[in-house]
Amino acid sequence: MTQDAATALKPDDPAELSREVAQLIVTALNLEMTPDEIALDAPLYGEGLGLDSIDILEVALVVSKRYGFSLRADNEDNVSIFASLRSLCDHIQANRTK
Amino acid sequence: MTQLALLAHRDPSAPIAYRHGQAISVRRFLTEARILAGALPATGHVINACADRYRFALGFAACLISGRVSLLPPSHMASVLEQLRDFAADAVVLADTEHRDLRLPVFPFPSLGEQVSPDRHEHVEIPAIPAEQLATWVFTSGSTGCPQPHRKHWGLLRKNVVGEVRALGFTPEDPVTLVGTVPPQHMYGFESTVLLAWLSGGSFEASRPFYPADIAEALARCPTNSMLVTTPFHLEKLLDAELALPKIGSLLCATAPLSDALARRAEAELQAPLFEIYGSTETGQLATRRTSRETAWTLFPEVRLGHRNGQTWAEGGHVEIAVPLGDLVEQLDARRFHLKGRNTDLVNIAGKRTSLGWLNQQLLAIPGVDDGSFYIPEQAEQAGASAVVRLAAFVAAPGLGADHLLKELRQRIEPIFLPRPLVLLEELPRNSVGKLLRAACEGLLAEHERDKDKRHGRLP
Repeated sequence: MTQDAATALKPDDPAELSREVAQLIVTALNLEMTPDEIALDAPLYGEGLGLDSIDILEVALVVSKRYGFSLRADNEDNVSIFASLRSLCDHIQANRTK
Repeated sequence: MTQLALLAHRDPSAPIAYRHGQAISVRRFLTEARILAGALPATGHVINACADRYRFALGFAACLISGRVSLLPPSHMASVLEQLRDFAADAVVLADTEHRDLRLPVFPFPSLGEQVSPDRHEHVEIPAIPAEQLATWVFTSGSTGCPQPHRKHWGLLRKNVVGEVRALGFTPEDPVTLVGTVPPQHMYGFESTVLLAWLSGGSFEASRPFYPADIAEALARCPTNSMLVTTPFHLEKLLDAELALPKIGSLLCATAPLSDALARRAEAELQAPLFEIYGSTETGQLATRRTSRETAWTLFPEVRLGHRNGQTWAEGGHVEIAVPLGDLVEQLDARRFHLKGRNTDLVNIAGKRTSLGWLNQQLLAIPGVDDGSFYIPEQAEQAGASAVVRLAAFVAAPGLGADHLLKELRQRIEPIFLPRPLVLLEELPRNSVGKLLRAACEGLLAEHERDKDKRHGRLP
């Protein structure tokens, strides 16, 4: 394995992580799109991808199992880490235990 | 005029709420409610949009004791709140979160903490409210997209919740703390987290925990005789998260049918009985059951079911006006019945209701749509209970893409009803009388799934 390939496969590589999280979202919600069709900065909640609070709970569950930490929010109107794929990935990167 | 007490509590030092882990006494609650009642603007209608359950309860109590009518909005979206102005022009929004773009007068929830230092021994009178007083209009999102008002008088609201206190076996000697994942503005959350605490002499937790870890933490902050008030979907996700949950006293579920399998799983994992409530915003609560043990529902006292014009109507007891039910009912005796599914045109997704007829109208109103129909997939029906139903739609709209159609639909219908999938066709396979048969729809969906797997490289 070359040095470059090893770097690209590092689990905390941002591009790799966002691809992986996009795939988790598409699979968990059985969406009609491929992972690379989820734009990094488009809103996930409401407009944009159009996820609702039921989807957010589904995704939260797979995220918490895959990355080993629990998501937190005061209430369902305060799920700001789901603002975009980028904000979700930043949150995962900062909190993941695996 | 009959006067009925606001609270069932006898001891003014007893807790009525827990907020950030602190108990709040009945005395403090009543003192703060009176201060808030004096501070509210001189108006007859208050849209109570408080997210914090304690502040919501203070706002509701303040309105009751000052003769104001509370409006409970179906969501906190600015567009929804603004629609309530058409209903009551003098309405102000009582809010504890920021509403920057709202074109309605907002009364930010005032700081009460510094003004209140209730004396420990001071006597407080529990307010009595006339039974005939109009307490609130509860709004549903409505099958027409416009919020629909349902009026509730204090006496009948109270009668309904006192019936709930009895059905759940709550006693003043053993007060229960309610932890709700549902908002207090929704009829179920309003009755079963706020009024249930008021009228059983118990208390509620002020937060509305969302993620499983938040729910576990909120339960841990409360006395062990707590009741988790939630929905089938939220309950399933909580169990799926496999967290260590604190000891609780019982569980309450409503808004969508719960399977007996999930009920038994919840009871086994939480070591607590689970009760289910059947009702609606229009009727309030109609019946309860212990889902793990019985399939039959038991009606609330004095409520009757009548059968007219091919429909079942709920009437009597606390039901203000007879209401036709959206479900097919098989009556076992005067007090008990089975539910046998929904009337076919009605859609209920996670407690939000509409009809296929109205959804189809919205679809057909999009310029460029030649034909189209929403459809409830069979798989979703069979998945039953906790799995959330998602609608599908078949559309013939030459030259238009699914993205464009979804964007148009999003402006017309609640996000939860957006079709997944939206299947584009050259024409819909209607039969000779113009009907879409179930078998044809299922065939189209199966074909669409195969195409999707091929596109995504999951099938050759």
